[in-house]
Formats: sequence, structure tokens, C-alpha cells
Amino acid sequence: MSFDVPYGLIAHTMEGRMSTQSTLAIEATGLQKSFGDTRAVCGVDLAVRRGSVYGILGPNGAGKTTTIRMLATLLRPDGGEARVLGHDVVREADEVRRGVSLTGQLASVDEDLTGRENLILIGRLLGYSRAEAKARADDLLEAFGLADASGRLVKNYSGGMRRRLDIAASLVVTPELMFLDEPTTGLDPRSRNQVWAIIRALAGAGTTVLLCTQYLDEADQLADGIAVIDQGKVIAEGTPAQLKASVGSGTLRIRLLDPEQRPIAEPIVAGAFSCEVHFEADPAALSAPCGSADQAAEVVGELSRHGITVANFSLGQPSLDEVFLALTGHTAEDVATNGEGQMEEEGAAA
Amino acid sequence: MSVPETQIAQAPALQEPELRKALSSSRPKRASALSATLTFGWRGMLKVKHVPEQLIDVTITPVMFTLLFTYLFGGAIAGSTSAYRDFILPGVLVVAVLFTTVYSGIAINTDVTKGVVDRFRSLPIWPSAPLLGALIGDMVRYLVAATVIIVLGLILGFRPDNGVPGVLASVGLVVLFSFGLSWVFTSLGLVMRSPQATMNAGFMSIFPLTFLSNVYVEPYTLPSGLEAFVNANPISHLVSACRGLMDGSADAENLIVVLGTTVLLTAVFLPLTTYLYRRA
Repeated sequence: MSFDVPYGLIAHTMEGRMSTQSTLAIEATGLQKSFGDTRAVCGVDLAVRRGSVYGILGPNGAGKTTTIRMLATLLRPDGGEARVLGHDVVREADEVRRGVSLTGQLASVDEDLTGRENLILIGRLLGYSRAEAKARADDLLEAFGLADASGRLVKNYSGGMRRRLDIAASLVVTPELMFLDEPTTGLDPRSRNQVWAIIRALAGAGTTVLLCTQYLDEADQLADGIAVIDQGKVIAEGTPAQLKASVGSGTLRIRLLDPEQRPIAEPIVAGAFSCEVHFEADPAALSAPCGSADQAAEVVGELSRHGITVANFSLGQPSLDEVFLALTGHTAEDVATNGEGQMEEEGAAA
Repeated sequence: MSVPETQIAQAPALQEPELRKALSSSRPKRASALSATLTFGWRGMLKVKHVPEQLIDVTITPVMFTLLFTYLFGGAIAGSTSAYRDFILPGVLVVAVLFTTVYSGIAINTDVTKGVVDRFRSLPIWPSAPLLGALIGDMVRYLVAATVIIVLGLILGFRPDNGVPGVLASVGLVVLFSFGLSWVFTSLGLVMRSPQATMNAGFMSIFPLTFLSNVYVEPYTLPSGLEAFVNANPISHLVSACRGLMDGSADAENLIVVLGTTVLLTAVFLPLTTYLYRRA
């Protein structure tokens, strides 16, 4: 399945000197990486515009982490080529490292140090003087809501605090390109919102962001473009809207006050969408694939005109499972359980 | 972890102006190799400060051995506890410092398994800075372990003939040898799966090696096969060299073996550590 790819036009820029002035922050062609017999990434092409937030969406084991680690110069590709900020990730790794930051799945902070010491350490390593490094650390701790915890050892931080510190450590020098590998996995809703706010602010300040995620919702909230990756290959690419449209929109879920009225409600909903309506396990609930919020509002209005009382309704986005089902014919779960689920982990450990 | 509804509502939002300010830094000039190395040294010292338990774990065993062996077996082995004390103390100094070299492996394994290495490797710094900088923190550990044993010796009445210069020279030699040995454990730390596994494998090798030396007994009292092994053990030469430096009977042979072994260990295991670290 393919989309109109707005970036496709500039995907094949000239090699060499020209591409340093390229409008692309990342241009990868045919990236490959295997671990033993396991082919983690088999030919990934990516073109990410400077200044954009780009999402790589896929289940565990799809090859997201391996791809990001190759682009961040932490893994050497077995095949293919990648230029990041105009520099080759293998031959000019040091130049790439000067412009990028990575926040991986493991919080890459030193647990035996305090939050402030962690940031000063990174600041010093990046070339700040002692005083500048301290000032940077304090600015970041303040901005990320960690000022009160700055003197505590990181091993005593909560998951959300640790994640924010990890991101702060990646931003000691504001990078031109930031890699974020599943930044909100395992976080509570409040911490997730804080991380999203940081990513938005970062993009607002002009940093290009490459974001790996398992959540369509997250990619939709943050990304301008999304590549869906499955079993080491990009299987679809486009804007979040294109992607959702290709999957066939979200789902309208209606719960009636009176379960008796469900048979009456069904033809009304079915008529409005001219599609099949599902009776859910809950005897008062029914659901239907739904195009837009406008349509949903119309249906709810129509039901009340027929004297059917709606207890509540929700318009949900398609889940990653639904996206995968639509794009590949199998769900994300299948991929994770068919024996390749450990690939990401091995990639991270290798 | 679930967060109560009210807490979400009251949670202080991230400060927008601060966030904007924090996200607009300019890139400083690249850190020099020396500055990056010293920064990693600072990190090593902070770890000693924040996690002193590590040091206590490894020094308590030699302290216990000194007390037990001196007062329990000293009379039987050397005729008197004071004679045995003077015999065993330079050896225990060596054991105490060599035990702490295992921590170099545990530390590097922790960095890899916790993901901190990823951050260091994605920074534009001299690639060897993390490894060489760690030596500075290691040295602090070695010196603390050595000081504990020397102070214990002084309390027990140990007064070596060569005085302060002899003791300092011994400590210097042990620290130098430990730098060489630590590369063995950093290599080990980079191939083991967890800090715990590194610790077990490390102590399982260093423990018998220190026992099968001349730390606790004179080798001539041993069966001939074992005697040959003990005499060949570089740790025996290190212990003999330290005894010699402290009591004035130092000979060149022991010093040459110790320095040669140090160079050999470094020549083999420093490149191996570097290689394993880069692909960790």
C-alpha cells in the first residue's frame, strides 16, 4: 500500500557536496542490519525534512530501535546508506554526532549521580566551562520541573522524572536533530503530557525530531509525517491524516441508556454511515466505523430525534492494531509474538 | 502507576518561558581530549562519594583476614603474632587493592546494561576518554583501600624498616599494577550479561589467585607443584616487591616481573577493552 508522499520529490537528492545544503535532515536508502540470522532491518528508506517532526510507527520488533541506532551512529549498517544532517553516518560519524542527540528506550542517565551532576557531566563533555555547564544544568532542571529534585540521586527518581532528565541530558546543547525512541512508553498520563509538551517546544525551536513510537495517537499528536515500519521494512508513509484515511478512519462507539433500544438504533446508525454496525458485548453499546466528528455528531442528533437516549459516545482513533490490520492484514500483536519480538532488545544490547 | 485525577489537574505545567530559554543554547567548542578525560574522572570520584558501600564491601574482607590470620594463625605459622603481622601486611595491602580492580569491570558493565554508554558514545568526544577517565576514579578507590590497610597496620603496631618512603613506594607499585589488571576486568565486564555476573566471575578469579600466592604463607612450605605455581604467580612477585620496599630487601627481579606483567596486561587488555567498548 502506498500514499502520495510529499517528501518523495526530494528523496533522491544528489550525493556528496550538494546534500550538505539539502533540505533533508535524514536521507536513508536501503538501510540493512542483521543480528546473526535475524534480519532486523531489511532495506529502510527514509527522507525527513529539516524542521519537521517525523514519526516511525511500528510494533515491538519491527526494527525501529535498530534503525534509529544506525542513524545515530551507534550501530554500523550492514548495507545501504544514510546521511544525517548532510553527513554519512559511517564515514563522518563524528560530524553527525555534533548535530544530533539520542534519547533511547533505556534512560541513559547515571543512577549513582544526582540529576544536576548528570547534566553538568554532559555539559562539560560537550565543551562548556564549569560555570556554563552549571548554568545550563540549572536552566534545564528549572524548565523540566526537576529543580526541586536536582540534588537527589537519580536512582530515587520516578519513571517520569528520569525520562525528563534523560531528555534534558539530550538537550544540554540544543541539537539540530533529536532522536527519541519511545519517549513515553511506560509513563503515566501526566508525565506523558509533559514529555509531549517538551517535544512540541523543541520542534517549535526549530529542532528536527525523529520519533519512534508504538502509539498512533502519539505520532498523530506530534508528527508531520509518519513511516509505518513492519518486519524491518517501511510499509507505508505519509501524513497522519493520510494514514488514518487509508486505514478507514476511527470508530464511533455509542452507549445507550436503555439496552432495549439498541435494535432501533442500529438501522439509524447504519443508514447514516451506510456501513455495518457492530453490537458490542455490552448490551447497551454499538459501534461503527466513522469518517469524521461532524458525521458522528449528526448520528447522535438523529438518534435523539428518534427518542433514543445516548448515555455517552466516543470517537476513537484507529489503534495501531487497526492500522496494521488495514496495512498488512495482520495485527501488531502477531508480529510481536512470531519470534521476532526480541529483535529490538537484541539490537539494543548488541 | 496511576495518578489520581485531582493530581493531574494540579500538576504544575512545564514553564513555557523557561522551556523556550532552555531550548536555545549555542554549541560550545568541542571539549579537548584531556578535558573530557578529566570530566570522566570527576564522574568516577562522584560515584565513590555517592556509593561508598562498594568500597566498604571490598575492604572489609582484607581487614577481616588481617585480624583473623594474625591472631588466630599468626603464632602457629610464624611463631608470634607480631612476626606474622609484619609478614602478612604488605600482602594484605596487595589483596585489598587488587579486589577493588574488579569494580572497574562492574562499573563498565553497569554503564552498558543501564544504557549510559549509548549517551557517551553519541557525544562528539575522544572515544577513549570514558575508559581512561575511569582510571582516575579507580585510583581514588585504590588509594582509599590502601590507606585502610596501612592505618589498620599502624594500629596493630606495624612499623616497617623503610618507613614512610617504603610504604609510599609499595602503594605506588600496587596502584600501577592494578591499572594493568583493571583492563582484564573491564574486558570481562564488557562480555558479561549483568553487573552481578561480572562481580561473581571477577571475584571467582581474583580470590583464588590471591590465595595461591605468598600473601599468607611462605611458598617453601607448600607441595612442590603448588610451590611452582605460587612462585610463578605475578601476585607473589608483587607481594615480594612490596615486602622488599617496606623492609629494605627489595630486589630488581621482582620489580621487573611486576612492571613487565603490568605492561603485558595493558598491551593485551586495553586494546581489547577499547574494541569491546566501541561495539558495546
